[in-house]
Amino acid sequence: MTITAADPLASVRADFPILGTKAGGRPLVYLDSAASSQKPRQVIDAVRHFYERDNANIHRGVYGLSVRATEAYDAARAAVARYLGAAHPHEIIFTRGTTEAINLVAQSYARPRLRAGDEILITGMEHHSNIVPWQLVAEQTGAVLRVAPVTDAGELVVEELAALLGERTKLVALAHVSNALGTVNPVAKVIELAHARGIPVLLDGAQAAPHLPLDVQALGADFFACSSHKMFGPTGIGVLYGREALLDAMPPYQGGGDMIASVSFEKSTWAPLPAKFEAGTPHIAGAVGLGAAVGYIERLGREAIAAHEHALLEYATARVREIPGLRVVGTAAEKASVLSFVIEDIHPHDIGTILDASGICIRAGHHCAQPLMRRLGVAATARASFAAYNTTADADALVEGLRQVRAVFA
Amino acid sequence: MATMSELYQSVILDHNRSPRNYRRMEGADRKAQGNNPLCGDQLTVWLKLGPDGTIEDVSFLGSGCAISKASASMMTAAVKGKRRDEVIALFDQFHALVTGAPTAEAPPLGKLAVFGGVAEFPIRVKCASLSWHALKAALEHPDAVVTTDTDASHQPGA
Repeated sequence: MTITAADPLASVRADFPILGTKAGGRPLVYLDSAASSQKPRQVIDAVRHFYERDNANIHRGVYGLSVRATEAYDAARAAVARYLGAAHPHEIIFTRGTTEAINLVAQSYARPRLRAGDEILITGMEHHSNIVPWQLVAEQTGAVLRVAPVTDAGELVVEELAALLGERTKLVALAHVSNALGTVNPVAKVIELAHARGIPVLLDGAQAAPHLPLDVQALGADFFACSSHKMFGPTGIGVLYGREALLDAMPPYQGGGDMIASVSFEKSTWAPLPAKFEAGTPHIAGAVGLGAAVGYIERLGREAIAAHEHALLEYATARVREIPGLRVVGTAAEKASVLSFVIEDIHPHDIGTILDASGICIRAGHHCAQPLMRRLGVAATARASFAAYNTTADADALVEGLRQVRAVFA
Repeated sequence: MATMSELYQSVILDHNRSPRNYRRMEGADRKAQGNNPLCGDQLTVWLKLGPDGTIEDVSFLGSGCAISKASASMMTAAVKGKRRDEVIALFDQFHALVTGAPTAEAPPLGKLAVFGGVAEFPIRVKCASLSWHALKAALEHPDAVVTTDTDASHQPGA
């Protein structure tokens, strides 16, 4: 694959100021977008513009500046609703990130409904943030966490997941795309199976949202969680999408200002969606930045991004296999953006340190997915992950860097 | 920035390839597990103590990077036959070396001085010190688990 003038993503790199900087005197090769993506000028400018021109608290002031801030915040919500295919903007709750979104569902949706012996079903490839919130609520309620197995290739065993759906299953929560392996799960199929039994499904969309065309209504997702910082937006803000009927029936997650209809010392009543779930002054500038980020992605085109990343992943996967002793971890038929690997007798941390000396940023470790690492029989992996701004030159630099890793350990 | 050859010195690579005292110990007096929650690395250190408290035997097993494995291997070689107070002093000297802490005089670390390059890589300090924390914990408690995060002085940049 070569990047040609016809490639709609040919000029993308120029939008990301940090990609023009150096790391240890070498041009930066950023291959850790699954951990956090870099930010385009359009997002940085939107945040700057907000603070320089529109900054005030929202839903408070009668003055024009506060009205503008409120409009900017609401416009960001509408942009995210459109991006995810939500039926209504008020089905979009701004959170601190995917983690808080999942915790919100665990505490406000699951906790009041779960009885001792009820079950929450997850998969063996979940990020810790889609495991631990369920363990907490299981401890609080006496519910049980069940885990659908994963194959050696890193694919969900859908038949086994189906067999685990039972009378006591109250919620299914799974990654749309595995952060550690890049596996794209057959979420439409899982949702169909769960819905056939009346069980709602939460998708951890942290890795899907930046890379795949999404439509939560077409998928039938009941909840969808994602993080701004993995999709070219600011850190500290993320999204919970929830179907209106579910969100309406849930009690608030946190109490405070902006989430009430009225307060007295005897009883308070809650504001309608989405304010019910957004206690306190939110990350307004973050939301504005996220709104700019989804607009940016839409202008690039999600189909174009997915195609670009897919071709790059195939190219990089083939090239890293030139390295003696290298084994790709996660060989699912459907993958997005992530290339996890190990090299015989060389620990991923040593790979990461040596690549860093060449200006190449990768992740080394368990990727917050320790149960998956144990399932695959590795303590850790090295992970290169790709975004719209990566090119074959980045993959080539990775391969050259890995040759140097081998040379150090020769 | 230090070069890769300063960090990955040949003696470190050798100990990584063929770690010394890399075995489970039957009939150990003390055992401690060291965990690095950041990366998931784990190792276990076993001790056999003499009547006067000297380390008669020491061994380890675990998974980790070249730095942590070589550090554990060289530690076992360095502390065998030493008294508890000598080992604690060595721990302090090693700690100062890998964190780049200024010391009044060059610590008499002998072969362990090859880990001096680690100070240039703050994120790898925990790798080099994991086995030492486990050893110290084993000396202080009969059956201990330590994590690198419990020691604030090992935060990156510290």
